[in-house]
Amino acid sequence: MNAAVSALRGQFPLLAAAPGMHYLDSAATAQIHGAALDAVIRHETTCRANVMRGTYALAEAADRAFDAARHSVARFLNAGSAEEIVFTAGATAALNLVAQAFGNTFQAGDRVLISVAEHHSNFVPWQMLRERTGIELALIPVGADGVLDLTCLLELMGSRCRLVAVTQCSNVTGAWTDVAAIVAAARQAGARVLLDGAQAVQHGPQDVRALGVDFYAFSGHKCFGPGGVGVLWGRAELLAAMPPFLGGGGMIGEVTPALTTWAAPPQRFEAGTPPIAQAVGLAAALEWMMTLDWAAIREREDALCRQLIAGLQRIPQLRLLGPVAAAARAPIVSFDIPGLHPHDICQVLDGHGLALRGGHHCAQPLLAALGAEACTRSSIALYNDEADIQALLDGLAEARRTLL
Amino acid sequence: MNDSNALYQDAIKQMAQAAHGHGQLDSASGEARLDNPLCGDRVRMQVALEGARIAAVAHQTKGCLLCRAAASLLGARAPGQDAAAIEAVAGELDAMLKGAAPGPAAWPELAMFIPARAYASRHRCVLLPFRALQAALGKVGAGATANAAENHGEIKGAL
Ligand SMILES: Cc1ncc(COP(=O)(O)O)c(C=O)c1O
Repeated sequence: MNAAVSALRGQFPLLAAAPGMHYLDSAATAQIHGAALDAVIRHETTCRANVMRGTYALAEAADRAFDAARHSVARFLNAGSAEEIVFTAGATAALNLVAQAFGNTFQAGDRVLISVAEHHSNFVPWQMLRERTGIELALIPVGADGVLDLTCLLELMGSRCRLVAVTQCSNVTGAWTDVAAIVAAARQAGARVLLDGAQAVQHGPQDVRALGVDFYAFSGHKCFGPGGVGVLWGRAELLAAMPPFLGGGGMIGEVTPALTTWAAPPQRFEAGTPPIAQAVGLAAALEWMMTLDWAAIREREDALCRQLIAGLQRIPQLRLLGPVAAAARAPIVSFDIPGLHPHDICQVLDGHGLALRGGHHCAQPLLAALGAEACTRSSIALYNDEADIQALLDGLAEARRTLL
Repeated sequence: MNDSNALYQDAIKQMAQAAHGHGQLDSASGEARLDNPLCGDRVRMQVALEGARIAAVAHQTKGCLLCRAAASLLGARAPGQDAAAIEAVAGELDAMLKGAAPGPAAWPELAMFIPARAYASRHRCVLLPFRALQAALGKVGAGATANAAENHGEIKGAL
């Protein structure tokens, strides 16, 4: 095993304890880094108290830890300020927050533009908004390789587009979205841009200001942090103008029987006790990520992606979904082998210590557009190496022998 | 050898390949479509009754080997049974998968699914065709295609 990867692998408690495990499902959930886990345990055993409520020393320590976590996320995203970081339960909660707090200000006939390639988490909330408010929902199509087809972007936006909500990277094909083109068109049309970064964050720190978007959503469990926490970043002026989504403790200015006023963002959008230790753990994961050489990691991930694609292309009849060029995709590779159902493939692979997911990957409209029912997905992260890819290719040969 | 080899014995593969009952009926007494949201598997099941007995079933199944084998087994074994018998077999199959129950004595072939016990996520694959047949039987007389058996609400509107 590559020494750099081996050292990385050792930092992930689950992988360190399971040397024979080939974990190729990081797009669903990445493994948690030891520093994140330690931070959660340290927080819960030394600083556990509710935040923004207590005045005793322990509560102040909890406040400081939570506040520091917000600053870490802001640095990871290169946000303008920590006040632009809203902690949520995950990417899904962050996307729904925008659909509610921002979306509810839309009028019937306003338009939201999403893409065929969206995860259901960035699809269904907009269908629900259409039900509530009568907005129009339009879809950016994909080409045969799963890449968004942006040729008719301005026409798709029309004259009343309020928001373009797209994924930064498909969780099925790995195809990267041309965010710059979408941002440019949206500016021209007067629309805002929400980027679903759920799949992008495990491949390195992001720069929301360079991306030029208005909202950015992601989940902690997909970037080596704990589950149960996610982030919505929004431009300060947009958050300031948005009404809250959930009402409760912590999000108010003043409550009287007659009138309640809202706290300023981000607290306005964090009703109730937030996931405090999880946020602290997420911050530890992001701080660790910010120390890494991402150019080198990307090179390794791309090389593994190429090795995998080359091996898959030698399997008779196998259909690769998504772009072939490794540079056009994150290291997420989905495929379909006629006559072999993904469930059965994954079951056989599991018998060889390979963890992969088969199914529709919460992207049924995309699979339908690509003419596939279900597929098997392998997703590569920084702790994977050549042995994982070879084990997968060997496992697929075995699956063909067992199942055909 | 590993567990998945135990699961994918020839009996299951042959039953799936035989695809007994695959197709469509000219006139069905009832029909239902069920999906497994986990993987997108889908079974469309039609049933024709003569009195209380099943005269014929036909299914269109998109799914894994376990799902297709279970649908095929129903295609072979359901005709001649009534709704109560199907319900009883489905219940015993469920109990067999979930625990140590031996499985339906009347349908000994179902023992081929015993290796699936260890994989809770696969139980639905085996049960889906049974649930579809039960739903189809429940729709007898209801007329139009029903796919609402596990559909608790929906959002309509073409994009
Ligand atoms: C592109 C994309 N968006 C959103 C989500 C939803 O993330 P979560 O389930 O963590 O809320 C996922 C998760 O798979 C995803 O891949």
